[in-house]
Amino acid sequence: MMLTAAEVDAVRLSLSIALRSVLFSLPLAILVAWLLTRRKFRGGLLLDAFVHLPLVLPPVVVGYLLLLLFGMRGPIGGWLYANFGIQLVFTSAGAALATAVMSFPLMVRAIRISLEGVDAGLEDAARTLGAGALDRFFTVTLPLMLPGILAGAVTAFSAGLGEFGAVITFVSNIPGETRTLPLALYTALQTPGGDAVAARLAAVSFSLGLIGLLAAEFIARRVRRMLGR
Amino acid sequence: MFSIRAKKRRDGFVLDVDIEVSAPGVVALFGRSGCGKTTLVNVIAGLLAADEAHIVIDGWALDKNGKSLLAEHRGIGYVFQDARLFPHFDVMGNLRYGEKRAKSHRDAPRITLEVVAPLLGLEPLLTRRVHQLSGGERQRVALGRALLTNPRLLILDEPLASLDAARREEVLPYLEKLRDELAIPMIYVSHQFEEVLRLATHVVLMEKGKVLSQGSLDELSLHPELRAIVGPEAVGAVIHGLVESVDGGTGLANIRVGNNVLRIHLREARAGAHIRAQLLARDIILATTRPDNLSVRNIMTGTIARIVPDDENTQLVYVDIGGASILSRVTGAASVALGLRAGLQVWALVKSVSIRGHAFVEAAPRQQPAL
Repeated sequence: MMLTAAEVDAVRLSLSIALRSVLFSLPLAILVAWLLTRRKFRGGLLLDAFVHLPLVLPPVVVGYLLLLLFGMRGPIGGWLYANFGIQLVFTSAGAALATAVMSFPLMVRAIRISLEGVDAGLEDAARTLGAGALDRFFTVTLPLMLPGILAGAVTAFSAGLGEFGAVITFVSNIPGETRTLPLALYTALQTPGGDAVAARLAAVSFSLGLIGLLAAEFIARRVRRMLGR
Repeated sequence: MFSIRAKKRRDGFVLDVDIEVSAPGVVALFGRSGCGKTTLVNVIAGLLAADEAHIVIDGWALDKNGKSLLAEHRGIGYVFQDARLFPHFDVMGNLRYGEKRAKSHRDAPRITLEVVAPLLGLEPLLTRRVHQLSGGERQRVALGRALLTNPRLLILDEPLASLDAARREEVLPYLEKLRDELAIPMIYVSHQFEEVLRLATHVVLMEKGKVLSQGSLDELSLHPELRAIVGPEAVGAVIHGLVESVDGGTGLANIRVGNNVLRIHLREARAGAHIRAQLLARDIILATTRPDNLSVRNIMTGTIARIVPDDENTQLVYVDIGGASILSRVTGAASVALGLRAGLQVWALVKSVSIRGHAFVEAAPRQQPAL
């Protein structure tokens, strides 16, 4: 099975966008998961619901909202362009942002579950040993929630490879810039005689998804053994 | 040495204590489960915010300008009931975690791994993973980790409660060694009188969030409230004595207690040693005339100080044996038949074998710290 240059481009683009989206959202997801698990605060419920919105909203709506906020005339998009020259609409960076927003709830969920499994008593023990808040987060909490963080990252990455609705709405379908694997597949289906291309891309999607899930399980096992469980 | 004043109200439970301890050693917080012992030590350690607290350890106040110090700045070591070792480090990693964050605030030289490892028998464990340790080993590592932070005060919250009897016996000698060899004041939380008897130099008796009584073990062993906490079987006076001589042949030690000499089997005894023993009230026999021709080795003379009802059929008789008091449980019928009353001279009998299990070598007298 040989892929054409355009198809390889689409795969490469998908991988790079999914990777960037994970790198961008991971620290934020850890922070949100920590806030939701370890801090009882006013508005916690609202934050929880807000984070989970992309799961229940039509992806097109998310793309549309991103367009409103991060478009060239949007409040954030305009500011970013005026001050830093950063453009998100019609760019792969924008695609990464849309992907990050869509896979954010998955990531927060996985991290939260593992954080709930970390005995808060160990954090208390670290306090009595003289470790301040950041110290005990990085030396106790973070290492112990590593399995969840990795699982969340791999799941979000795999899901991110296939993000369609939010991406096409926010950054459109530009070959070499925002035409990721699912967008290329969709384009092929819209093109007369594109069936063979579509089948090849579907096969690639299928393999990448499978590899992602197997990798997640493999990593989780290794880490659990490292943590002595 | 330290003083603790703390108030905390939570879900209908009120903790309100005032504790003053002037000598170094082991302070046992003793009381039934739910009496507020753990709440109190968590307030002391700073893990739980109190409504009001003023704690001073060795002249160092745990609040500055009305703001209480964070737990991580208190310099208080804490050994939890469930050890709480970090599973992602090996034993060495756990010990180093405490050592790295140690503060040198004590006048005494810093406690190092070279001191702690042999003291707690940790050398063979250093490279082990936490999940490969037995319960007793975990507690020893947790002790070492807390000690390596060079604490001003060490809190031990029922460190033996999750261990079976054999493991407990394995850890207790290490605790005794800590008490005798390191000059760190300790607060030992327990609801096991046996442990208190063995380790404590000062006892704080707690009930429903309040301090019922505090003082030396001898005084507290005579406290009437103790019965409800330890159970009727464990009621008995704790006495102090000085070993005068040990009979090489029989292994019986002669121990001076007040005006009397007690003979007790004591493995660790040597002449000149201080010992502490509990004479269980149920084991003490009283006689109103000098008994003769008995196998009993210990016959002490004394006078009845007072008699209090124990349960419906029994009474507790307090006997002053000159410089010490002992307790004897007798039936009401026996009391009437013998005509027991305050002021009466009696002979108190106890078999050497009855005391044996409750004899403990007392810590060598410690130096008073220069203030």
